[in-house]
Amino acid sequence: MPVKHPPDYEITIPECKGDILRIRDLRFAYPDGRVALRGVSLNVCEGEKVAVVGPNGAGKSTLMLHLNGILRGHGSISIAGMSITRENLPIIRAMVGLVFHNPDDQLFSPTVFDDVAFGPLHMGLPEAEVYTRVDEALAAVQMDDFGKRLSHHLSAGQKKRIAIATVLAMRPQILVLDEPSSGLDPRARRSLINLLRELPITMLISTHDLAMVEELFPRMVIMDEGFVVADGPTAKLLEDGVLLEAHGLEKP
Amino acid sequence: MLLSPAPLHIPDGFLTPFISLVFWGATMIMVGLAISKTNKTLGERQIPLMGLMAAFIFAAQMLNFPVAGGTSGHFLGGALAAIVLGPWAGILVMTAVIAVQALLFQDGGLLVMGANIFNMGILTVVIGFGLYRMVIHRKIGARLVAAGLASWLATMAAALLTSLQLWLSGASRLEIVLPAMLGVHTPIGLGEALITVAALAFIERTRPDLLTSEKAASGGGRGWIIAGIIVSLLAVLLSPLASGSPDGLERVAENLGFLEIGQSAPCEILPDYTIPFLGETHLSTIIAGMVGALVLLGLLILLGRSLRKSPPHT
Amino acid sequence: MHINVFDHYHFQDSLIHRLDARVKAAVTVAFILSNAILPDGNWLAFAVAWLVLLLGNDLSRLGLGYTFKRSYIVLPFVLVAISVIFSPLGKPLAQWHLGFITLIPTNFGVARFFSILVRSWLSVQMAILLVATTQFPDLIHAFEHLRLPRILTTIIAFLYRYLFVLTDEALRLLRAREARSASLQGRKRGGRLTWRAKVTGSMVGQLFLRSYERSDRIYYAMLGRGYTGHLRTLNPHAMTRLDWLALILSLAVLSFIQLLGWVR
Ligand SMILES: Nc1ncnc2c1ncn2[C@@H]1O[C@H](COP(=O)(O)OP(=O)(O)OP(=O)(O)O)[C@@H](O)[C@H]1O
Ligand SMILES: [Mg+2]
Repeated sequence: MPVKHPPDYEITIPECKGDILRIRDLRFAYPDGRVALRGVSLNVCEGEKVAVVGPNGAGKSTLMLHLNGILRGHGSISIAGMSITRENLPIIRAMVGLVFHNPDDQLFSPTVFDDVAFGPLHMGLPEAEVYTRVDEALAAVQMDDFGKRLSHHLSAGQKKRIAIATVLAMRPQILVLDEPSSGLDPRARRSLINLLRELPITMLISTHDLAMVEELFPRMVIMDEGFVVADGPTAKLLEDGVLLEAHGLEKP
Repeated sequence: MLLSPAPLHIPDGFLTPFISLVFWGATMIMVGLAISKTNKTLGERQIPLMGLMAAFIFAAQMLNFPVAGGTSGHFLGGALAAIVLGPWAGILVMTAVIAVQALLFQDGGLLVMGANIFNMGILTVVIGFGLYRMVIHRKIGARLVAAGLASWLATMAAALLTSLQLWLSGASRLEIVLPAMLGVHTPIGLGEALITVAALAFIERTRPDLLTSEKAASGGGRGWIIAGIIVSLLAVLLSPLASGSPDGLERVAENLGFLEIGQSAPCEILPDYTIPFLGETHLSTIIAGMVGALVLLGLLILLGRSLRKSPPHT
Repeated sequence: MHINVFDHYHFQDSLIHRLDARVKAAVTVAFILSNAILPDGNWLAFAVAWLVLLLGNDLSRLGLGYTFKRSYIVLPFVLVAISVIFSPLGKPLAQWHLGFITLIPTNFGVARFFSILVRSWLSVQMAILLVATTQFPDLIHAFEHLRLPRILTTIIAFLYRYLFVLTDEALRLLRAREARSASLQGRKRGGRLTWRAKVTGSMVGQLFLRSYERSDRIYYAMLGRGYTGHLRTLNPHAMTRLDWLALILSLAVLSFIQLLGWVR
């Protein structure tokens, strides 16, 4: 597949007041030498819902792991004006709610309650507040009565929802989801889309599900080979058949 | 059934309270040491790692494979855990595995859990890591052979100690339980050794960084070599002695005040009570042990060859 | 699918299910200890202990035979104890000539054998009752309350959570092995021992690597939610008056059993 390394599009990063996420020229290579990000720049405004798409290995997951300081590449990232430094990490991690691709990695406690309470507890909140946060987060994903359930007894769709609740309980400013709709049956996918639509929070997701992007995310970022190759209104980018094909995407 | 209980998990009722408590004490000391060591040396990353390793050992125990004559190679994992995680973390991981097996599946009792942890989680780690530690800086071939021998010996030692505990508790006669346990565990230990070696070879091929000597040695110093050798020697010397002349052992146990009831009087064994084919156990055990060791060595060499020949596949 | 093989918790709403896990754990251990220290051959005391067990079954609405049905687990181990029947202590009861062996069961030996059997069988039933009426996470919480070191309870919690995920993975590996060995039909089944061991060992190695890599991802997930190396847990349990009552009552019954056993 022919991939042009410099961006195909003239990318003008839209600036807006209250940029919640600012990434400038982020570069990263894994310890084994594989270069995953080759200079990524991206802005997300408060309240925006942005989808990152691109073929396997494009670097989407790697990018997301940078957003709360789990991976540390070269370049600059700032969240609501704060750069990611060691001292800032606790605040950053409370502000960026990162949900991993596989909910079995995200839900590591025996019960749903323990898992949803993990974040608030480790933020140092008092006990009573932890309980409120758990109830609130479970309610937000419409799983109110699931606190006592065992994580390994949940269905895939329920696991995804609880995984989202585990970060919502930390009341993040921005929700970062890695492939939220993968592995779901149509009904679970539909109910997840409805949930994401109703969550009143800034959202950055990576996905291969362009139908969901078209329906839910007004702005789309295309990544390939560690570059951002396109960034713009979803409707416009989805019209560009050549661009989509060049990066292994298909119009829904 | 997925879970075939290994004959090493002693259920409640078989050990006397005294023996149970003695081994609970020993286990608590070792586990306490392990906790304070791991708290000091291991990073925060190790907590999920040890948890997942415990789950891994548990799951790996299901991957039985038939050895011979209907016995299947049952994986215990103590030696492997110690080799890849270091001895202290290995003890904690095995403790968790045995505790969950007892609590969740009644595979092994609760009051006797101290003894079970000691046999399967501490003894195996001391022998497994101690012997491996000797050759830790050598080439992979030597390390694999050491790992294989160590895991076989660890299984045998666990069987030996289990038999001794049962006998001291008056739950079985030494001259029967010991040959039976050692006999059953000779092929089981063989399976353990083969699996451990093949697993280590696989890890060495795909992620050699996980088996570097500095890494493995960081958890345990040279003292482990001495501990491993002493415990191994004890096991090697004790098993022929115990099966050959149980009377002597009985007298020692009696003098130490261990022996409860049942087999306490060495001279009172009724003359009618004889099992001729066990008569010459002394010699036969030693010979059997030597043959077993030779067969194991041969198999290890064969395995090593076939591993080297085959291209790595993932 | 196979998950039920592992999960022995039995959903019910009963008095026993509602009791605090600490009480249940303590009573279970006390019950097992009580059986262990009863002298051999005290059938009356053992019988009362069994009645207590039946009562527990009934109170937890599992059906009277519930724990009985699952108590066969100890059977294989009973083989080990058979030799004790022929203990040289005590009076000979008979002489059995089996070819060139003469076996002499004695009254002492027989009593000892059946005492071991009964102890083991009662104890395992109590343990079954405990897990059938207590969610395992509650049990872990109970151990935290009872001051078991945090690092151990955490490993156990992870073990419990990922037991299911990893055994799934192990089963998938097994199935893949079976699918592959089926294609080799016509050749000698199973192959050489070292070959089989190598295949199994590779599966173990693969499982190890997957678990290792998963532990990295879990660590990231923990970091993302504020973990800095110190684990905190909430313990949503509190002992009620009923729990205390149940604890005291059970201990009183066990003391009574001991009295029965020792005072003749
Ligand atoms: N832990 C790792 N170690 C080494 N290389 C890695 C690691 N994780 C990912 N990579 C490599 O980094 C590159 C980017 O991977 P990444 O997971 O970010 O892609 P992705 O866009 O999320 O792909 P997918 O759509 O398949 O999830 C890939 O070439 C991948 O092989
Ligand atoms: Mg990805």
